[in-house]
Amino acid sequence: MGDALLEVKDLTVFHGQLCAVSGVSFTVEPGEVLTMVGANGAGKSTLLLTIAGLHRQTSGSIFFKGSDVTKLAPQRRVRLGISLVPEGRRLFPSLTLEENLQVGAHHASKGVFSIERIYELFDWMPERRRQRAWQFSGGEQQAIAIGRALVANPQVLLLDELSLGLAPIVIERIYALIPEIVAQGVGILLVEQDVTLGVGVANRVHCLLEGKTSLTGTPQELSAQQIERAYFGGDMAVAEDPT
Amino acid sequence: MPLLQLVGVSKKFGQVVVGQEITFQLEEGAAVGIIGPNGAGKTSLFAMISGDVKPDAGEIDFDGHNLARVGQAARARLGIGRTYQVPRPFEHMTVFENALLAAQQGARARGQAAYALAYGALSRTGLEEWANAPAGSLALMHRKRLELARALATRPRILLLDEIAGGLTDLEVNDLTAIIRGLRSEGIAVLWIEHVVRALLSTVDRLLCLSSGSIIADGPPKDVVASEAVRSIYLGGKIINTALS
Repeated sequence: MGDALLEVKDLTVFHGQLCAVSGVSFTVEPGEVLTMVGANGAGKSTLLLTIAGLHRQTSGSIFFKGSDVTKLAPQRRVRLGISLVPEGRRLFPSLTLEENLQVGAHHASKGVFSIERIYELFDWMPERRRQRAWQFSGGEQQAIAIGRALVANPQVLLLDELSLGLAPIVIERIYALIPEIVAQGVGILLVEQDVTLGVGVANRVHCLLEGKTSLTGTPQELSAQQIERAYFGGDMAVAEDPT
Repeated sequence: MPLLQLVGVSKKFGQVVVGQEITFQLEEGAAVGIIGPNGAGKTSLFAMISGDVKPDAGEIDFDGHNLARVGQAARARLGIGRTYQVPRPFEHMTVFENALLAAQQGARARGQAAYALAYGALSRTGLEEWANAPAGSLALMHRKRLELARALATRPRILLLDEIAGGLTDLEVNDLTAIIRGLRSEGIAVLWIEHVVRALLSTVDRLLCLSSGSIIADGPPKDVVASEAVRSIYLGGKIINTALS
């Protein structure tokens, strides 16, 4: 099993009749960022939900530090150290900002992140900590969801569409934090629609095309054209900037 | 006469100011982008224009009508179409039925005319092959397109687009901006909130930046993104260079 924090073996997941993930295998090592790249519908979110235990696999296994967690309930996986920032925020709308963070901090492991640290990171939070989650704007809710996952000090962080809805300056702040997070030995599995951003922080890249692995490698080994081909299947013109 | 005019529009939620004397006009067929920090009041501005939220003060006029006493449904029928950040189609209805409902309720179309309008909206947004699929089965990109199709089927004169490019890949963004530019060329005005600044720059001819409910910059897109104030509160340094390169 080696030193992998997370090992996904031959995972297949169906959404009803549709095969969303097909025979995908990979590992995430401590201190590593693995970026999943793929078009919408390629199966990235389904993969993350399955690792978090929120979607059932059809076949295959998921190991965390060598133990099989495939059959564990999501809350058990959180306690072991697997946290997800889901696409679409999914805060507890009737709880306050601070209570949402406290939910994340419940059974937290020791580590660099505390609620205070999150408040330093997002300086608008302290004075609004007693407001209910539904009262925040979309981007603010995304920031709270990120905070909620970080305060658990997870060993594996699953980030789905990390930058979605965030102002560029906030994205910059969050991406600047990634080296600090992985320096603690945390492994990150990142899904990001902005390929340049996602590949920029990656140690390794894993491309999915229609649920199957189409390309893997380090950012240094892969060219933009290779990634693009793995992403859309077949030869496509490189996206031209219309500006 | 401007198509849309806001004068002194203000709104607070408790202590949080989301609108502070907002004044601007938009001409027929114009395309204007809106950027701003998270929580600046961008979506709330849309909610006040579409009638989901009532301003505390100020006036909003659309095509010469004062909207103060006009409800959401009537605003849609006047020609104000809106998309939402998180698409929420009627999941158990088909994609076509979702668009048809918008044509019937928003554009008051009936019979064959409603079918044609709904189908036209799906074909504009590249959703014909999904027409018979349950809307709940769509992936994000297609949900966003359906959001746009539903707004189009109401036969809008202005489209309020709320982060419609968020979560899309570069090529998908390019497809989407091509669709939006096409709508513009048909004379539909566009007011578009987006953090994917590159998408905005390829489409709009004017950019507004909101911060804490106030307009802090308004002008040609290149000037607005070059403004020191906009860079310091919204764009930052590195990311925008990547986005604009």
